[in-house]
Amino acid sequence: MNKKADINVLKAKAREIRKEIITMVYRANSGHVGGSLGATDIVVALYYHIMKHDATNPMWAQRDRFILSKGHCTPVIYAALADCNYFPAEDLKTFRRPGTHLQGHPFQPKTPGIEASTGTLGLGISTGAGMALGAKIKNERHYYYILCGDGEIQEGQVWEAAMFANKYKLDNVIAFVDRNYLQTDGNSEKVMPLDPLKPKWESFGWHVQEIDGNDFAEIINAVDEAKRATGKPSMIIARTVKGKGVSFMENEASWHGTPPKKVEYEKAIKELDDGV
Amino acid sequence: MEYKQTRMGYVDGLLELARSTPNLVVLDADVAKATKTAEFEAVYPDRFFNCGVQEQNMLSVAAGLALEGFLPFASTFGVFATCRAGDQLRNSIAYPKLNVKIGATHCGISTGGDGASHQSIEDIAIARSFPNMTVLVPGDYEEAKQCTLAAARFKGPVYLRFGRDAYPVVKELHAKFEIGKGKLLRNGNDLTIITTGVMVSEGLIAADILAGENYDVRVVHMPTIKPIDRDAIVASAIETKRIVTVEEHSVIGGLGEAVAGVVSEMCPCFVKRIGVKDVFGESGEANELFDKYGLRAANIVDAAKQLLETEIYIERK
Repeated sequence: MNKKADINVLKAKAREIRKEIITMVYRANSGHVGGSLGATDIVVALYYHIMKHDATNPMWAQRDRFILSKGHCTPVIYAALADCNYFPAEDLKTFRRPGTHLQGHPFQPKTPGIEASTGTLGLGISTGAGMALGAKIKNERHYYYILCGDGEIQEGQVWEAAMFANKYKLDNVIAFVDRNYLQTDGNSEKVMPLDPLKPKWESFGWHVQEIDGNDFAEIINAVDEAKRATGKPSMIIARTVKGKGVSFMENEASWHGTPPKKVEYEKAIKELDDGV
Repeated sequence: MEYKQTRMGYVDGLLELARSTPNLVVLDADVAKATKTAEFEAVYPDRFFNCGVQEQNMLSVAAGLALEGFLPFASTFGVFATCRAGDQLRNSIAYPKLNVKIGATHCGISTGGDGASHQSIEDIAIARSFPNMTVLVPGDYEEAKQCTLAAARFKGPVYLRFGRDAYPVVKELHAKFEIGKGKLLRNGNDLTIITTGVMVSEGLIAADILAGENYDVRVVHMPTIKPIDRDAIVASAIETKRIVTVEEHSVIGGLGEAVAGVVSEMCPCFVKRIGVKDVFGESGEANELFDKYGLRAANIVDAAKQLLETEIYIERK
Protein backbone atom coordinates (compact mmCIF):
# COMPACT_ATOMS: atom_id res chain seq x y z
CA MET A 1 0.00 0.00 0.00
CA ASN A 2 1.06 3.58 -0.61
CA LYS A 3 2.64 5.75 2.10
CA LYS A 4 1.55 9.30 2.93
CA ALA A 5 3.93 11.65 1.15
CA ASP A 6 4.73 15.01 2.80
CA ILE A 7 3.97 18.28 1.12
CA ASN A 8 7.41 18.85 -0.41
CA VAL A 9 7.26 15.43 -2.00
CA LEU A 10 3.75 16.21 -3.27
CA LYS A 11 4.98 19.45 -4.84
CA ALA A 12 7.80 17.65 -6.63
CA LYS A 13 5.40 14.93 -7.82
CA ALA A 14 2.98 17.55 -9.13
CA ARG A 15 5.77 19.15 -11.17
CA GLU A 16 6.69 15.79 -12.72
CA ILE A 17 3.05 14.94 -13.43
CA ARG A 18 2.52 18.33 -15.07
CA LYS A 19 5.51 17.76 -17.34
CA GLU A 20 4.14 14.36 -18.27
CA ILE A 21 0.70 15.83 -19.04
CA ILE A 22 2.20 18.34 -21.45
CA THR A 23 4.44 15.73 -23.02
CA MET A 24 1.57 13.27 -23.54
CA VAL A 25 -0.68 15.83 -25.17
CA TYR A 26 2.15 17.24 -27.27
CA ARG A 27 3.21 13.79 -28.45
CA ALA A 28 -0.35 12.71 -29.24
CA ASN A 29 -1.05 16.13 -30.75
CA SER A 30 -4.42 15.71 -29.08
CA GLY A 31 -5.85 15.93 -25.57
CA HIS A 32 -6.87 18.30 -22.80
CA VAL A 33 -3.99 20.05 -21.15
CA GLY A 34 -5.57 23.01 -19.30
CA GLY A 35 -7.97 21.11 -17.06
CA SER A 36 -5.41 18.40 -16.43
CA LEU A 37 -2.84 20.90 -15.19
CA GLY A 38 -5.40 22.62 -12.98
CA ALA A 39 -6.53 19.35 -11.36
CA THR A 40 -3.01 17.99 -10.89
CA ASP A 41 -2.69 18.99 -7.24
CA ILE A 42 -5.99 17.29 -6.31
CA VAL A 43 -5.01 14.08 -8.10
CA VAL A 44 -1.50 14.11 -6.59
CA ALA A 45 -2.85 14.72 -3.08
CA LEU A 46 -5.25 11.79 -3.52
CA TYR A 47 -2.82 9.26 -4.99
CA TYR A 48 0.25 10.11 -2.91
CA HIS A 49 -1.25 11.07 0.42
CA ILE A 50 -4.97 10.56 0.92
CA MET A 51 -6.10 7.34 -0.76
CA LYS A 52 -5.47 3.76 0.33
CA HIS A 53 -4.48 1.92 -2.81
CA ASP A 54 -1.99 -0.67 -4.03
CA ALA A 55 -0.76 -0.79 -7.61
CA THR A 56 0.41 -4.37 -7.12
CA ASN A 57 -3.20 -5.32 -6.33
CA PRO A 58 -5.42 -2.95 -8.33
CA MET A 59 -8.61 -4.85 -7.42
CA TRP A 60 -7.87 -4.92 -3.67
CA ALA A 61 -11.38 -4.84 -2.19
CA GLN A 62 -10.58 -2.33 0.56
CA ARG A 63 -8.94 0.26 -1.70
CA ASP A 64 -10.29 3.76 -2.01
CA ARG A 65 -11.64 4.45 -5.50
CA PHE A 66 -11.09 7.50 -7.69
CA ILE A 67 -13.45 8.38 -10.53
CA LEU A 68 -12.50 10.99 -13.09
CA SER A 69 -15.91 12.33 -13.97
CA LYS A 70 -14.37 15.10 -16.07
CA GLY A 71 -13.18 12.30 -18.29
CA HIS A 72 -11.34 14.47 -20.80
CA CYS A 73 -8.59 15.06 -18.23
CA THR A 74 -7.10 11.59 -18.72
CA PRO A 75 -3.54 12.96 -19.02
CA VAL A 76 -3.41 13.75 -15.30
CA ILE A 77 -4.78 10.39 -14.16
CA TYR A 78 -2.72 8.36 -16.64
CA ALA A 79 0.45 10.17 -15.58
CA ALA A 80 -0.32 9.49 -11.91
CA LEU A 81 -1.25 5.83 -12.48
CA ALA A 82 1.91 5.21 -14.50
CA ASP A 83 4.03 6.86 -11.84
CA CYS A 84 2.35 4.65 -9.21
CA ASN A 85 3.24 1.61 -11.39
CA TYR A 86 -0.27 0.59 -12.38
CA PHE A 87 1.17 0.15 -15.88
CA PRO A 88 4.54 0.90 -17.51
CA ALA A 89 5.40 4.57 -18.07
CA GLU A 90 6.30 3.52 -21.60
CA ASP A 91 2.55 3.07 -22.28
CA LEU A 92 2.05 6.84 -21.95
CA LYS A 93 3.63 7.17 -25.39
CA THR A 94 0.61 5.36 -26.81
CA PHE A 95 -1.95 7.82 -25.42
CA ARG A 96 -4.76 8.34 -27.96
CA ARG A 97 -3.04 6.11 -30.54
CA PRO A 98 -4.70 3.11 -32.21
CA GLY A 99 -4.42 -0.05 -30.12
CA THR A 100 -3.68 1.75 -26.85
CA HIS A 101 -5.34 1.00 -23.53
CA LEU A 102 -4.99 4.73 -22.83
CA GLN A 103 -8.10 5.99 -24.55
CA GLY A 104 -8.88 9.69 -24.83
CA HIS A 105 -11.46 9.23 -22.09
CA PRO A 106 -11.20 6.65 -19.26
CA PHE A 107 -12.13 3.08 -20.19
CA GLN A 108 -12.29 0.92 -17.07
CA PRO A 109 -12.10 -2.56 -18.66
CA LYS A 110 -8.72 -1.91 -20.25
CA THR A 111 -6.67 0.37 -17.99
CA PRO A 112 -5.38 -0.89 -14.61
CA GLY A 113 -6.34 1.60 -11.91
CA ILE A 114 -9.19 3.19 -13.83
CA GLU A 115 -12.29 2.49 -11.74
CA ALA A 116 -15.09 3.67 -14.04
CA SER A 117 -15.63 4.53 -17.67
CA THR A 118 -16.58 8.16 -18.17
CA GLY A 119 -16.40 10.57 -21.03
CA THR A 120 -19.74 12.12 -21.76
CA LEU A 121 -20.06 14.57 -18.92
CA GLY A 122 -22.18 13.99 -15.86
CA LEU A 123 -21.73 10.23 -15.40
CA GLY A 124 -19.21 10.20 -12.56
CA ILE A 125 -21.21 11.05 -9.46
CA SER A 126 -24.00 8.64 -10.47
CA THR A 127 -21.53 5.84 -11.11
CA GLY A 128 -19.61 6.60 -7.93
CA ALA A 129 -22.86 6.76 -5.96
CA GLY A 130 -23.85 3.36 -7.32
CA MET A 131 -20.48 1.96 -6.28
CA ALA A 132 -20.72 3.68 -2.89
CA LEU A 133 -24.20 2.23 -2.38
CA GLY A 134 -22.74 -1.18 -3.22
CA ALA A 135 -20.05 -0.70 -0.58
CA LYS A 136 -22.71 0.23 1.98
CA ILE A 137 -24.68 -2.93 1.16
CA LYS A 138 -21.50 -4.99 1.53
CA ASN A 139 -20.59 -3.12 4.71
CA GLU A 140 -17.22 -2.08 3.28
CA ARG A 141 -15.60 1.06 4.62
CA HIS A 142 -13.61 2.80 1.95
CA TYR A 143 -14.12 6.06 0.09
CA TYR A 144 -15.15 7.07 -3.40
CA TYR A 145 -13.38 10.20 -4.60
CA ILE A 146 -15.02 11.77 -7.64
CA LEU A 147 -13.60 14.69 -9.61
CA CYS A 148 -16.04 16.80 -11.65
CA GLY A 149 -15.41 19.78 -13.82
CA ASP A 150 -17.31 22.98 -13.10
CA GLY A 151 -18.69 23.15 -16.62
CA GLU A 152 -19.63 19.51 -16.21
CA ILE A 153 -22.04 20.16 -13.36
CA GLN A 154 -24.27 22.07 -15.76
CA GLU A 155 -25.42 18.56 -16.76
CA GLY A 156 -28.80 17.66 -15.27
CA GLN A 157 -27.64 14.16 -14.38
CA VAL A 158 -25.23 15.62 -11.82
CA TRP A 159 -28.16 17.01 -9.82
CA GLU A 160 -30.04 13.74 -10.11
CA ALA A 161 -26.99 12.09 -8.58
CA ALA A 162 -26.81 14.82 -5.92
CA MET A 163 -30.35 13.91 -4.80
CA PHE A 164 -29.61 10.19 -4.92
CA ALA A 165 -26.42 10.38 -2.83
CA ASN A 166 -28.31 12.43 -0.25
CA LYS A 167 -31.25 9.98 -0.14
CA TYR A 168 -28.97 7.04 0.61
CA LYS A 169 -26.72 9.07 2.97
CA LEU A 170 -23.60 8.13 1.02
CA ASP A 171 -21.00 9.59 3.35
CA ASN A 172 -18.42 7.40 1.61
CA VAL A 173 -18.66 9.76 -1.37
CA ILE A 174 -16.21 12.67 -1.37
CA ALA A 175 -16.55 14.67 -4.57
CA PHE A 176 -14.61 17.63 -5.89
CA VAL A 177 -15.70 20.32 -8.31
CA ASP A 178 -12.67 21.61 -10.14
CA ARG A 179 -13.80 25.24 -9.99
CA ASN A 180 -11.68 27.10 -12.52
CA TYR A 181 -14.51 29.18 -13.97
CA LEU A 182 -13.56 28.14 -17.50
CA GLN A 183 -15.23 25.79 -19.89
CA THR A 184 -14.82 25.10 -23.59
CA ASP A 185 -16.70 28.18 -24.76
CA GLY A 186 -15.32 30.54 -22.13
CA ASN A 187 -16.16 31.82 -18.65
CA SER A 188 -18.64 29.55 -16.91
CA GLU A 189 -20.58 32.48 -15.52
CA LYS A 190 -21.21 33.71 -19.04
CA VAL A 191 -21.82 30.34 -20.68
CA MET A 192 -24.16 29.09 -17.93
CA PRO A 193 -23.84 30.63 -14.49
CA LEU A 194 -23.11 28.28 -11.58
CA ASP A 195 -22.63 30.69 -8.68
CA PRO A 196 -23.54 30.72 -5.90
CA LEU A 197 -22.38 27.14 -5.94
CA LYS A 198 -21.97 26.33 -2.25
CA PRO A 199 -25.63 26.89 -1.31
CA LYS A 200 -26.72 24.85 -4.32
CA TRP A 201 -24.94 21.75 -3.02
CA GLU A 202 -25.90 22.47 0.59
CA SER A 203 -29.55 22.66 -0.38
CA PHE A 204 -29.18 19.21 -1.96
CA GLY A 205 -28.12 17.88 1.44
CA TRP A 206 -24.37 17.68 0.94
CA HIS A 207 -21.62 18.74 3.31
CA VAL A 208 -19.83 21.47 1.35
CA GLN A 209 -16.42 23.12 1.69
CA GLU A 210 -14.69 25.73 -0.43
CA ILE A 211 -10.91 25.52 -0.71
CA ASP A 212 -7.93 26.45 -2.83
CA GLY A 213 -7.62 23.38 -5.00
CA ASN A 214 -3.99 24.08 -5.82
CA ASP A 215 -2.96 24.03 -2.14
CA PHE A 216 -2.03 20.60 -0.78
CA ALA A 217 -2.65 21.44 2.88
CA GLU A 218 -6.12 22.71 2.10
CA ILE A 219 -6.96 19.66 -0.01
CA ILE A 220 -5.77 17.25 2.68
CA ASN A 221 -7.53 19.10 5.49
CA ALA A 222 -10.76 19.29 3.51
CA VAL A 223 -10.78 15.53 2.96
CA ASP A 224 -10.18 14.98 6.68
CA GLU A 225 -13.13 17.20 7.47
CA ALA A 226 -15.27 15.49 4.84
CA LYS A 227 -14.59 12.14 6.53
CA ARG A 228 -15.76 13.58 9.85
CA ALA A 229 -19.05 14.75 8.29
CA THR A 230 -20.91 11.47 8.62
CA GLY A 231 -24.40 10.79 7.34
CA LYS A 232 -24.12 12.87 4.17
CA PRO A 233 -22.06 12.99 0.99
CA SER A 234 -19.32 15.60 0.76
CA MET A 235 -18.58 18.15 -1.93
CA ILE A 236 -15.31 20.06 -1.97
CA ILE A 237 -15.50 23.09 -4.25
CA ALA A 238 -11.85 23.40 -5.19
CA ARG A 239 -10.91 26.75 -6.68
CA THR A 240 -8.20 25.99 -9.21
CA VAL A 241 -6.29 27.72 -11.96
CA LYS A 242 -6.86 26.10 -15.32
CA GLY A 243 -3.47 25.50 -16.93
CA LYS A 244 -1.75 25.82 -13.52
CA GLY A 245 2.05 25.77 -13.63
CA VAL A 246 2.56 27.07 -17.16
CA SER A 247 2.26 30.86 -17.31
CA PHE A 248 0.87 31.21 -20.80
CA MET A 249 -1.71 28.45 -20.25
CA GLU A 250 -3.06 29.74 -16.95
CA ASN A 251 -6.66 30.97 -16.97
CA GLU A 252 -6.91 30.62 -20.73
CA ALA A 253 -10.01 28.79 -21.96
CA SER A 254 -8.28 28.31 -25.31
CA TRP A 255 -6.00 25.71 -23.65
CA HIS A 256 -8.99 23.51 -22.85
CA GLY A 257 -8.55 21.07 -25.69
CA THR A 258 -5.72 22.40 -27.85
CA PRO A 259 -2.38 20.57 -27.95
CA PRO A 260 0.79 22.68 -27.66
CA LYS A 261 2.99 23.30 -30.69
CA LYS A 262 6.70 22.43 -30.47
CA VAL A 263 7.83 25.86 -29.32
CA GLU A 264 5.02 26.02 -26.75
CA TYR A 265 5.82 22.54 -25.53
CA GLU A 266 9.51 23.38 -25.02
CA LYS A 267 8.66 26.63 -23.28
CA ALA A 268 6.19 24.88 -20.96
CA ILE A 269 8.68 22.16 -19.98
CA LYS A 270 11.37 24.76 -19.36
CA GLU A 271 9.06 26.77 -17.12
CA LEU A 272 8.23 23.71 -15.06
CA ASP A 273 11.92 22.75 -14.83
CA ASP A 274 12.90 26.28 -13.85
CA GLY A 275 10.25 26.24 -11.16
CA VAL A 276 12.26 23.60 -9.26
CA MET B 1 -57.43 -17.96 -24.93
CA GLU B 2 -55.49 -17.07 -21.81
CA TYR B 3 -53.93 -13.60 -21.51
CA LYS B 4 -51.07 -12.55 -19.22
CA GLN B 5 -48.75 -9.57 -18.92
CA THR B 6 -45.14 -9.96 -20.02
CA ARG B 7 -44.09 -7.48 -17.31
CA MET B 8 -45.45 -9.96 -14.75
CA GLY B 9 -43.14 -12.55 -16.28
CA TYR B 10 -40.29 -10.13 -15.59
CA VAL B 11 -41.04 -9.64 -11.92
CA ASP B 12 -41.89 -13.31 -11.35
CA GLY B 13 -38.50 -14.09 -12.88
CA LEU B 14 -36.83 -11.61 -10.53
CA LEU B 15 -38.58 -13.10 -7.50
CA GLU B 16 -37.46 -16.58 -8.50
CA LEU B 17 -33.89 -15.40 -9.09
CA ALA B 18 -33.63 -13.46 -5.84
CA ARG B 19 -33.80 -16.61 -3.74
CA SER B 20 -30.68 -18.11 -5.33
CA THR B 21 -28.84 -14.93 -6.40
CA PRO B 22 -27.72 -12.93 -3.35
CA ASN B 23 -26.04 -10.20 -5.44
CA LEU B 24 -29.23 -9.43 -7.39
CA VAL B 25 -30.62 -5.94 -6.80
CA VAL B 26 -33.51 -4.17 -8.50
CA LEU B 27 -33.69 -0.49 -9.37
CA ASP B 28 -36.67 1.48 -10.55
CA ALA B 29 -37.38 5.08 -11.50
CA ASP B 30 -40.75 5.87 -9.91
CA VAL B 31 -42.72 3.46 -12.07
CA ALA B 32 -42.41 0.42 -9.79
CA LYS B 33 -46.15 -0.16 -9.71
CA ALA B 34 -46.23 -0.11 -13.51
CA THR B 35 -43.09 -2.18 -14.15
CA LYS B 36 -44.33 -4.49 -11.34
CA THR B 37 -41.03 -4.28 -9.46
CA ALA B 38 -43.10 -3.01 -6.51
CA GLU B 39 -43.91 -6.69 -6.03
CA PHE B 40 -40.17 -7.36 -5.71
CA GLU B 41 -39.81 -4.47 -3.27
CA ALA B 42 -42.59 -5.90 -1.11
CA VAL B 43 -40.61 -9.13 -0.63
CA TYR B 44 -37.04 -7.77 -0.76
CA PRO B 45 -37.15 -4.14 0.45
CA ASP B 46 -33.40 -4.12 1.19
CA ARG B 47 -32.53 -5.13 -2.37
CA PHE B 48 -34.74 -2.57 -4.07
CA PHE B 49 -33.69 1.02 -4.80
CA ASN B 50 -36.12 3.59 -6.11
CA CYS B 51 -34.20 6.28 -7.96
CA GLY B 52 -37.17 8.57 -8.40
CA VAL B 53 -37.78 10.15 -11.79
CA GLN B 54 -34.11 9.82 -12.71
CA GLU B 55 -33.63 7.34 -15.51
CA GLN B 56 -30.23 8.72 -16.46
CA ASN B 57 -28.92 8.55 -12.90
CA MET B 58 -30.46 5.10 -12.45
CA LEU B 59 -28.55 3.56 -15.35
CA SER B 60 -25.21 4.99 -14.21
CA VAL B 61 -25.94 3.91 -10.61
CA ALA B 62 -26.63 0.43 -11.97
CA ALA B 63 -23.25 0.55 -13.70
CA GLY B 64 -21.63 1.46 -10.38
CA LEU B 65 -23.35 -1.43 -8.61
CA ALA B 66 -22.18 -3.82 -11.34
CA LEU B 67 -18.61 -2.56 -10.85
CA GLU B 68 -18.94 -3.57 -7.19
CA GLY B 69 -20.04 -7.08 -8.10
CA PHE B 70 -23.81 -6.73 -7.96
CA LEU B 71 -26.29 -7.97 -10.55
CA PRO B 72 -28.56 -4.96 -11.07
CA PHE B 73 -31.85 -5.07 -12.97
CA ALA B 74 -32.75 -1.47 -13.79
CA SER B 75 -36.42 -1.08 -14.58
CA THR B 76 -38.33 1.66 -16.35
CA PHE B 77 -40.39 2.21 -19.48
CA GLY B 78 -38.63 1.41 -22.75
CA VAL B 79 -38.93 4.92 -24.06
CA PHE B 80 -37.06 6.27 -21.02
CA ALA B 81 -34.43 3.52 -20.92
CA THR B 82 -33.37 4.07 -24.52
CA CYS B 83 -34.25 7.66 -25.41
CA ARG B 84 -34.10 9.68 -22.18
CA ALA B 85 -31.16 7.68 -20.84
CA GLY B 86 -29.62 6.66 -24.15
CA ASP B 87 -26.22 8.14 -23.32
CA GLN B 88 -26.04 6.30 -20.00
CA LEU B 89 -27.16 3.07 -21.66
CA ARG B 90 -24.39 3.50 -24.20
CA ASN B 91 -21.51 4.95 -22.22
CA SER B 92 -22.09 3.73 -18.66
CA ILE B 93 -23.27 0.22 -19.54
CA ALA B 94 -22.73 -0.99 -23.13
CA TYR B 95 -19.27 0.46 -23.78
CA PRO B 96 -17.61 -1.03 -20.66
CA LYS B 97 -19.78 -4.16 -21.12
CA LEU B 98 -21.02 -4.13 -17.56
CA ASN B 99 -23.26 -6.81 -16.18
CA VAL B 100 -26.39 -4.65 -16.03
CA LYS B 101 -29.83 -5.82 -17.12
CA ILE B 102 -32.40 -3.31 -18.31
CA GLY B 103 -35.99 -4.35 -17.71
CA ALA B 104 -37.88 -2.14 -20.15
CA THR B 105 -41.66 -2.30 -19.90
CA HIS B 106 -44.52 -0.52 -21.69
CA CYS B 107 -42.81 -1.08 -25.03
CA GLY B 108 -44.56 -0.90 -28.35
CA ILE B 109 -47.74 0.77 -29.37
CA SER B 110 -49.85 -1.38 -27.04
CA THR B 111 -48.92 0.96 -24.19
CA GLY B 112 -52.08 2.54 -25.50
CA GLY B 113 -53.78 5.51 -23.92
CA ASP B 114 -50.62 7.38 -22.94
CA GLY B 115 -50.03 8.13 -26.60
CA ALA B 116 -46.95 8.49 -28.76
CA SER B 117 -44.71 10.09 -26.12
CA HIS B 118 -44.78 6.85 -24.13
CA GLN B 119 -45.04 4.31 -26.94
CA SER B 120 -41.56 2.94 -27.42
CA ILE B 121 -41.26 1.97 -31.07
CA GLU B 122 -37.57 2.76 -31.54
CA ASP B 123 -36.05 1.00 -28.53
CA ILE B 124 -35.03 -2.21 -30.30
CA ALA B 125 -33.26 -0.14 -32.96
CA ILE B 126 -31.40 1.91 -30.37
CA ALA B 127 -30.48 -0.97 -28.08
CA ARG B 128 -29.29 -3.28 -30.87
CA SER B 129 -27.14 -0.55 -32.40
CA PHE B 130 -24.90 -0.45 -29.32
CA PRO B 131 -21.97 -2.88 -29.40
CA ASN B 132 -21.93 -5.44 -26.53
CA MET B 133 -25.71 -5.20 -26.08
CA THR B 134 -27.89 -8.30 -26.10
CA VAL B 135 -31.55 -7.63 -26.92
CA LEU B 136 -34.35 -9.98 -25.80
CA VAL B 137 -37.97 -9.55 -26.86
CA PRO B 138 -40.17 -12.26 -25.33
CA GLY B 139 -43.51 -13.25 -26.81
CA ASP B 140 -45.59 -14.00 -23.74
CA TYR B 141 -45.56 -14.18 -19.96
CA GLU B 142 -43.71 -17.48 -19.70
CA GLU B 143 -41.09 -16.53 -22.24
CA ALA B 144 -40.64 -13.19 -20.46
CA LYS B 145 -39.85 -15.09 -17.31
CA GLN B 146 -37.45 -17.39 -19.17
CA CYS B 147 -35.70 -14.37 -20.71
CA THR B 148 -35.28 -12.79 -17.28
CA LEU B 149 -33.70 -15.96 -15.90
CA ALA B 150 -31.45 -16.32 -18.95
CA ALA B 151 -30.36 -12.67 -18.74
CA ALA B 152 -29.26 -13.23 -15.15
CA ARG B 153 -27.15 -16.22 -16.15
CA PHE B 154 -25.60 -14.31 -19.06
CA LYS B 155 -22.61 -12.08 -18.31
CA GLY B 156 -22.93 -8.68 -19.96
CA PRO B 157 -25.51 -6.01 -20.69
CA VAL B 158 -28.97 -7.22 -21.68
CA TYR B 159 -31.94 -5.15 -22.82
CA LEU B 160 -35.19 -6.94 -21.96
CA ARG B 161 -38.31 -5.69 -23.73
CA PHE B 162 -41.75 -6.14 -22.16
CA GLY B 163 -45.20 -4.73 -22.85
CA ARG B 164 -47.90 -3.22 -20.70
CA ASP B 165 -50.95 -5.18 -21.79
CA ALA B 166 -52.04 -8.72 -21.19
CA TYR B 167 -51.10 -10.71 -24.30
CA PRO B 168 -52.05 -14.21 -25.40
CA VAL B 169 -50.24 -17.09 -23.76
CA VAL B 170 -48.61 -19.10 -26.56
CA LYS B 171 -47.88 -22.59 -25.29
CA GLU B 172 -45.64 -23.40 -28.27
CA LEU B 173 -43.13 -20.84 -26.94
CA HIS B 174 -42.58 -22.62 -23.68
CA ALA B 175 -39.89 -25.00 -24.85
CA LYS B 176 -36.35 -24.27 -23.69
CA PHE B 177 -35.23 -20.67 -24.19
CA GLU B 178 -31.69 -20.01 -25.27
CA ILE B 179 -30.22 -16.58 -26.02
CA GLY B 180 -29.54 -16.25 -29.74
CA LYS B 181 -31.81 -19.07 -30.86
CA GLY B 182 -35.02 -18.71 -32.81
CA LYS B 183 -37.92 -21.08 -32.24
CA LEU B 184 -39.44 -23.00 -35.14
CA LEU B 185 -43.17 -22.96 -34.38
CA ARG B 186 -44.54 -24.21 -37.72
CA ASN B 187 -42.65 -25.86 -40.52
CA GLY B 188 -43.40 -25.01 -44.12
CA ASN B 189 -41.76 -24.29 -47.45
CA ASP B 190 -43.79 -21.59 -49.24
CA LEU B 191 -42.98 -18.63 -47.03
CA THR B 192 -41.61 -17.82 -43.57
CA ILE B 193 -43.23 -15.53 -41.04
CA ILE B 194 -40.62 -14.35 -38.54
CA THR B 195 -42.07 -12.82 -35.38
CA THR B 196 -40.68 -11.20 -32.31
CA GLY B 197 -42.32 -10.22 -29.04
CA VAL B 198 -46.04 -10.35 -28.57
CA MET B 199 -46.70 -10.33 -32.33
CA VAL B 200 -46.09 -14.09 -32.26
CA SER B 201 -49.78 -14.80 -31.69
CA GLU B 202 -50.80 -12.73 -34.75
CA GLY B 203 -48.11 -14.52 -36.75
CA LEU B 204 -49.55 -17.91 -35.82
CA ILE B 205 -53.10 -16.81 -36.70
CA ALA B 206 -51.83 -15.59 -40.08
CA ALA B 207 -50.10 -18.91 -40.68
CA ASP B 208 -53.35 -20.74 -39.93
CA ILE B 209 -55.30 -18.51 -42.34
CA LEU B 210 -52.71 -19.12 -45.06
CA ALA B 211 -52.74 -22.86 -44.34
CA GLY B 212 -56.48 -22.72 -44.94
CA GLU B 213 -55.69 -21.43 -48.41
CA ASN B 214 -53.28 -24.29 -48.95
CA TYR B 215 -50.09 -22.37 -48.37
CA ASP B 216 -47.37 -24.19 -46.49
CA VAL B 217 -46.12 -21.46 -44.17
CA ARG B 218 -43.22 -21.62 -41.75
CA VAL B 219 -43.27 -19.60 -38.51
CA VAL B 220 -40.03 -18.76 -36.73
CA HIS B 221 -40.20 -16.79 -33.49
CA MET B 222 -37.19 -14.65 -32.56
CA PRO B 223 -37.11 -13.80 -28.85
CA THR B 224 -33.49 -12.71 -29.32
CA ILE B 225 -33.01 -9.77 -31.68
CA LYS B 226 -29.32 -9.57 -30.94
CA PRO B 227 -27.41 -11.73 -31.51
CA ILE B 228 -29.87 -12.65 -34.25
CA ASP B 229 -30.21 -16.32 -35.19
CA ARG B 230 -28.52 -16.15 -38.61
CA ASP B 231 -28.79 -19.89 -39.22
CA ALA B 232 -32.56 -19.91 -38.83
CA ILE B 233 -32.90 -16.88 -41.12
CA VAL B 234 -30.60 -18.28 -43.81
CA ALA B 235 -32.36 -21.66 -43.75
CA SER B 236 -35.73 -19.94 -44.09
CA ALA B 237 -34.53 -17.72 -46.93
CA ILE B 238 -33.09 -20.65 -48.87
CA GLU B 239 -35.93 -23.06 -48.21
CA THR B 240 -38.95 -20.75 -48.46
CA LYS B 241 -37.56 -17.86 -50.54
CA ARG B 242 -40.03 -15.36 -49.05
CA ILE B 243 -40.03 -13.79 -45.59
CA VAL B 244 -42.50 -11.59 -43.72
CA THR B 245 -41.23 -10.10 -40.46
CA VAL B 246 -43.61 -8.99 -37.72
CA GLU B 247 -42.83 -6.72 -34.79
CA GLU B 248 -44.53 -4.23 -32.51
CA HIS B 249 -41.87 -1.65 -33.31
CA SER B 250 -40.92 0.73 -36.08
CA VAL B 251 -40.00 -0.97 -39.34
CA ILE B 252 -36.79 1.03 -39.06
CA GLY B 253 -34.00 -0.68 -37.16
CA GLY B 254 -35.87 -3.57 -35.60
CA LEU B 255 -36.41 -7.24 -36.41
CA GLY B 256 -37.23 -6.58 -40.05
CA GLU B 257 -33.99 -4.80 -40.77
CA ALA B 258 -32.00 -7.34 -38.76
CA VAL B 259 -33.47 -10.12 -40.91
CA ALA B 260 -33.05 -8.10 -44.12
CA GLY B 261 -29.43 -7.49 -43.19
CA VAL B 262 -28.72 -11.20 -42.92
CA VAL B 263 -30.49 -12.28 -46.10
CA SER B 264 -29.15 -9.44 -48.23
CA GLU B 265 -25.60 -10.57 -47.47
CA MET B 266 -26.10 -14.33 -47.46
CA CYS B 267 -29.06 -15.38 -49.60
CA PRO B 268 -31.07 -12.50 -51.09
CA CYS B 269 -34.83 -12.93 -51.07
CA PHE B 270 -37.83 -10.67 -50.62
CA VAL B 271 -38.47 -9.53 -47.06
CA LYS B 272 -41.67 -7.67 -46.19
CA ARG B 273 -41.70 -5.86 -42.89
CA ILE B 274 -44.83 -5.62 -40.76
CA GLY B 275 -44.43 -3.00 -38.04
CA VAL B 276 -45.16 0.63 -37.32
CA LYS B 277 -44.44 2.40 -40.58
CA ASP B 278 -42.17 5.29 -39.60
CA VAL B 279 -44.94 7.23 -37.88
CA PHE B 280 -45.63 8.10 -34.27
CA GLY B 281 -48.58 6.41 -32.61
CA GLU B 282 -51.46 7.99 -30.74
CA SER B 283 -53.78 7.35 -27.81
CA GLY B 284 -56.18 4.44 -27.95
CA GLU B 285 -56.81 0.93 -26.72
CA ALA B 286 -54.11 -1.52 -27.70
CA ASN B 287 -56.54 -3.45 -29.86
CA GLU B 288 -57.67 -0.32 -31.67
CA LEU B 289 -54.08 0.68 -32.31
CA PHE B 290 -53.06 -2.78 -33.57
CA ASP B 291 -55.92 -2.45 -36.09
CA LYS B 292 -55.12 1.10 -37.09
CA TYR B 293 -51.36 0.66 -37.42
CA GLY B 294 -51.53 -2.57 -39.36
CA LEU B 295 -50.23 -5.03 -36.76
CA ARG B 296 -52.83 -7.74 -37.33
CA ALA B 297 -52.83 -11.25 -38.77
CA ALA B 298 -54.77 -9.82 -41.72
CA ASN B 299 -51.88 -7.46 -42.48
CA ILE B 300 -49.44 -10.36 -42.32
CA VAL B 301 -51.64 -12.39 -44.64
CA ASP B 302 -51.82 -9.47 -47.10
CA ALA B 303 -48.05 -9.12 -47.16
CA ALA B 304 -47.59 -12.86 -47.53
CA LYS B 305 -50.03 -12.99 -50.43
CA GLN B 306 -48.23 -10.19 -52.20
CA LEU B 307 -45.08 -12.28 -52.07
CA LEU B 308 -46.90 -15.49 -53.00
CA GLU B 309 -49.33 -14.28 -55.62
CA THR B 310 -48.28 -10.94 -57.09
CA GLU B 311 -46.66 -11.05 -60.49
CA ILE B 312 -43.89 -8.60 -59.69
CA TYR B 313 -42.50 -10.79 -56.90
CA ILE B 314 -43.03 -14.09 -58.69
CA GLU B 315 -41.39 -12.92 -61.92
CA ARG B 316 -38.39 -11.46 -60.20
CA LYS B 317 -37.88 -14.42 -57.92
